[in-house]
Amino acid sequence: MTANAPNSTAPKTLGADKLYVRVSAISSLNALVTRFEFQRVDGVNFPPFSGGAHTVVEMMDGEKKRLNPYSLMSDPTDLRTYAISVRRDDQGRGGSLFMHRKVKVGDEMVLSYPMNLFALDLRARKHLFVAGGIGITPFLAQIKQLEATGGNWELHYSCRSPDLGSYVDELTGHYPHSTTIYYDDEKQFIDLDNLLDGQPVGTHLYVCGPKGMIDWVRNTATASGWPLAHVHHEEFLAPQPGKPFAVRLNKSGLTLEVGAHESLLEAIERLGVDAPYLCRGGACGQCETDVLDSDGTFLHRDHWLEDDEKNSGEKIMPCVSRFEGKTLVLNR
Amino acid sequence: MTLQFNNETFRDDYSFHNSQRAIDRFPFPFHEDSYMYAVNMEQHQGGPADSVYEKRFDVDEHYVAEMADRAKVLDDDPLRCQSLPHMALAGWDLLELIMVSKSEDYPDLFELHREGHKWHWINKPLGIEDHFTFMDDTTLPYAPMEYITRQTQGDFCVLDQRKDNLWMDAGMVTTQADWSLDFDIGMNFFEWHAPVPLAHEKGIFKRALKFLLNIRQGAPARRLNWTMTVNPLLDTSPENYHKWGIQKTTLTPENIGAKQHLRVELQTFFRLPRSNALVFPIRCYLMSFQDIVTKPKWGRRLNRVVRDLPEELATYKGFIENRPMMLEYLSQFDDGLPTSFGVWPDEDITPLLQR
Repeated sequence: MTANAPNSTAPKTLGADKLYVRVSAISSLNALVTRFEFQRVDGVNFPPFSGGAHTVVEMMDGEKKRLNPYSLMSDPTDLRTYAISVRRDDQGRGGSLFMHRKVKVGDEMVLSYPMNLFALDLRARKHLFVAGGIGITPFLAQIKQLEATGGNWELHYSCRSPDLGSYVDELTGHYPHSTTIYYDDEKQFIDLDNLLDGQPVGTHLYVCGPKGMIDWVRNTATASGWPLAHVHHEEFLAPQPGKPFAVRLNKSGLTLEVGAHESLLEAIERLGVDAPYLCRGGACGQCETDVLDSDGTFLHRDHWLEDDEKNSGEKIMPCVSRFEGKTLVLNR
Repeated sequence: MTLQFNNETFRDDYSFHNSQRAIDRFPFPFHEDSYMYAVNMEQHQGGPADSVYEKRFDVDEHYVAEMADRAKVLDDDPLRCQSLPHMALAGWDLLELIMVSKSEDYPDLFELHREGHKWHWINKPLGIEDHFTFMDDTTLPYAPMEYITRQTQGDFCVLDQRKDNLWMDAGMVTTQADWSLDFDIGMNFFEWHAPVPLAHEKGIFKRALKFLLNIRQGAPARRLNWTMTVNPLLDTSPENYHKWGIQKTTLTPENIGAKQHLRVELQTFFRLPRSNALVFPIRCYLMSFQDIVTKPKWGRRLNRVVRDLPEELATYKGFIENRPMMLEYLSQFDDGLPTSFGVWPDEDITPLLQR
């Protein structure tokens, strides 16, 4: 792969078509979060999607291609536009900073087809949503979907402060009886025990937010006797930086160095090797890769592999997991 | 090309027949001279011109007759079509997928006109024309899944996806190879596959499920499956086993070429966008042994596959009793010559189904 191929796209995954889009609107919601809207370059409607779905946004940052997943948070019944909301992460690996600083209205970008790893359980008599910060985004589309199909829902949304409460006005304006907002800096906290205690049979609980919030909600629900099959969570797993390490790719006959700020999957793609992926967040299992040889320690960070698989040293999920040691040989 | 629809039956006098075109495009399922289960999935993104793989939903000369047969089955047994309450949205997804696909792929046969939620559907072969409101059940004569699958060849399993599993929560099943929607409704992927021999031990279902859970919008997949049927029966259901099971005893060396059919299922898998459900259409193609052996490569290969199939599979597929008679017939067409790799009858075509 050479650098003078700016229009090249990622290796096709499962043959799925890409969506070629133009940035149609950018709006700053507050100091941290910016909303991006897209329309298709060919002018036709987007494919329908289900609430909770994400799209992978391809960003051409100079010679570097970044691929970040973001929840689709526009109205699933309005297919002229897709929208995402991006929270600026100054300590992150640069994807959100690229979106905030470099992307302009009119820019052309490439999105993946929608993929849902946080779908509603449509058997639920009631959907109870608990959101923290930017974790509100998948619920916005799910609420629109339920409103269109007559679903029963209730939202409890915790933000740091009124200044940083993305979409608070829209939610409380449209759905004042279904939405409760909590501001950390005003010492408002979700009374989870009481909330869970008062739910009708057949309620499903969904949580999206920081890891601490997810653990708290899941643990509290379990302690109150909720079946875990009724408790759903989406955790935004971003690849974490780490020490550089070397990898040999057996099938391609290539050896490469994974940098401190790139993931193993990104490093493999950088060399032009076709590697499958869907979520890039350790959840879907698509990038599961066989380890042929290793001498060192795996830093497994995914939600996919079973514990025995992680301990076996025979599998790795290159989208989020890393390695420290002397030798790592992958069947790729 | 304008399709001519056969005037034919799949019961009573069995006037079903395949034209030369239907024989040429039959989805022969064996890519080599032996058969064992595999996760034999590939993309469902078109295929060679005029093959059954070319369109998203193949419409062929049997269309009108198959739909008449489905209506009869439903009259006798309405439980062949079921949908659990949470699958309503998936029903609309399926209606949209089929109407959009058919109107784009066969514009001379089907038309779909949309203005917002006001839809207008024209099905010329069946003489159906309806105006309705998308997502409003009260504007169609049937619920959306039943409405559209009464107009589409093949069985349809609509699978809910949750808890890392797939659930048989809706379907239209009237042309099945001896399984029952009424029995399987609500079961998960491992439960409804429990009766299949050998494949569990080989880990086939665990791998197949992982693949299916990851099928996404814009990237449908397909595979072939097969069994044997005496007489060109579409409805070989457990509910009617007392009617068709006994027909397996009517084979003679004289009639086997005409009566014994290879039954091939073209199974496809599409993610449904609004509900995140998965639809699994199972399209049945029937061809008599005497038609198959008109392709020398297929005749040779079918003899070898039937001869060498493990006993468990021949039993499960229901032809262990008739295997000797089948081989007596088929072996006449196997001269022992080598066969080329791949499913196509002509050796100069690049094989598409690699596995």
